[in-house]
Amino acid sequence: MLSKKKLSFTSSFANNRLDFSLTGEINLYTLVSFEKELESKLRNGSELSLNLDDITSIDSASAIYINKLEQTFVEKQLAFSLTCKNEQVLNTLKTVHVMHLDLEEFGYKQPSFLEKLGEDAILRMKKFVEFLSFFGQISYGFFYLFKHLRSLRYKEIFFEINENAIKAFGIVALTSFLVGVVMAYQSSVQLKIYGANIFIVDMLGISIFRELAPLLTAIVIAGRSGSSFTAQIGAMKITEELDAMRTMGFDPIAFLVIPRIIALMLMMPLLIFVSDVTGLLGGMLVANLDLGISTSLFLDRLNEVVAAKHFFVGIAKGPFFAFLIASIGIFRGLLVKDDTQSIGINTTKSVVESIFAVIVCDAVFSIIFTNVGI
Amino acid sequence: MKKIIDVKDLYTQFGANVVHAGLNFHINEGEIYGILGPSGCGKSTVLREMVMLQELSGGSIEIFGQDVTNISYDDAQELRKNWGVLFQGGALFSSLTLYENIALSLQEYTELDKNLISEIVAYKIDIVGLKPKDAYLYPSQISGGMKKKAALARALSLDPKLLFLDEPTSGLDPISAREFDKLILKLRDLLGLTVVMVSHDLKSIYDTLDRAAIIDNKIIVAQGKLDDIISMDNPFIQTFFKADI
Repeated sequence: MLSKKKLSFTSSFANNRLDFSLTGEINLYTLVSFEKELESKLRNGSELSLNLDDITSIDSASAIYINKLEQTFVEKQLAFSLTCKNEQVLNTLKTVHVMHLDLEEFGYKQPSFLEKLGEDAILRMKKFVEFLSFFGQISYGFFYLFKHLRSLRYKEIFFEINENAIKAFGIVALTSFLVGVVMAYQSSVQLKIYGANIFIVDMLGISIFRELAPLLTAIVIAGRSGSSFTAQIGAMKITEELDAMRTMGFDPIAFLVIPRIIALMLMMPLLIFVSDVTGLLGGMLVANLDLGISTSLFLDRLNEVVAAKHFFVGIAKGPFFAFLIASIGIFRGLLVKDDTQSIGINTTKSVVESIFAVIVCDAVFSIIFTNVGI
Repeated sequence: MKKIIDVKDLYTQFGANVVHAGLNFHINEGEIYGILGPSGCGKSTVLREMVMLQELSGGSIEIFGQDVTNISYDDAQELRKNWGVLFQGGALFSSLTLYENIALSLQEYTELDKNLISEIVAYKIDIVGLKPKDAYLYPSQISGGMKKKAALARALSLDPKLLFLDEPTSGLDPISAREFDKLILKLRDLLGLTVVMVSHDLKSIYDTLDRAAIIDNKIIVAQGKLDDIISMDNPFIQTFFKADI
């Protein structure tokens, strides 16, 4: 059995000298009590005689402490004596030597605010340049693959389509349905006041087709696929799989990056379509129950007032959003460094940045569309 | 001699695959004991079972007289403070510097003040042969050999009496590997350690081990002093030890 031997002390003070003897085992855990006891007994300027005859064992931490104690006494030019019969304890005391670790010695300085700011700015600029170069690599990869269509990784593309789009249909549909319900329900209260119940169709039709469905889908996909791209590729980088691929002549851009981007770009419009349909279904349900607009009336009105262009504008945004989400997710994955925290940080950043990029892109689209009059 | 580890009728099974069918061996205080055998014979599994990372299918393992197959949470925690484990890849915490890696258990388990902890860490860094300035590097910034040394320093942070090494020299260049062997021998003498080691490295086996057990085909085919084992007539032993090095 492991027994926790206690450490006990006896001490006497005479002729400005403290006689301190210890009995038991002195180790990491009992050391603190020894330290405290000694401090309480020791008077300023007194000499010390340490008796370790009854010590059964000592570990390196305690040996360091005792050596340090000796040093401080020597520095103060006070007498320090140590008696010990136990060979092993003496040996340990001899082999251990006091070492110092000084933070400042290694130039470990806290950077000033300006330093930090500058460093941060340069870092961000570098990241942006890196992203541009990554963008260049992707573009080159695309051109290369269009020239050599045979080397396109069809198997990977279909695998990614299944993973990132087919399996996402459920959650996209459910989210959109619920948003459709909430939108209709909230606006029905206002519309009822003016007796403008029928306008629910105009409102839902245009907002869902043009903005809500594409954005909602993009957000769900960014959370789902963007994060998984970062984590997958980041883990592959840590385990050196990416390097292995490169040395074997499997270009990660062609094998990992392009299939994911193509898969998302192909499927995003379809996902937005699902979102359109289920969002309207949710709205239709509330309109029917709350505003007394029958399904056929809803659909007739939709056909009448919502031009097809709204639908196509929404769908057309899909590939752009998909490109942003996939490329940012993968880029962040490639930025992962050789430690586990880096995966977490980059995954968070990939989701936040891709959602942000999608919203900026959406804003740009709305300016363009307004100016061209679509 | 005092038995530190006593393995009795150890039986391990993964699904339908029997890995160990009744292993019996013991490890004495102060010796460097090797668990050897061909790949896939379950050497690392035995090690994992000893440090309570893996459940046994049958039998028992006693460490410091404590049965690890039937142990309370508190006793297990206490036992864990009495050994150090060096994993094959080092398994340093990548978000902490080497200093923080080594100081972690000291900060968690003892009430020592910061200065003393930093001196203890400095000492550990020194005895494993690292430089003081390495202390503030992150694991991703150092080489494989340094990682092993740092991981060893971490394993030694609480001054354990028992040290488990999983393939300590794998992934090291021959010079670093020999240095590591010397380091293990030095530490055994310096700190009075008992060392249990799984290894493939013949040179390291010859240089460091006192006794060994050879696992082949689910059972221990040989155990005892290395010289006695080498002369045994077993196909694995013959190919393993007679290989040119």
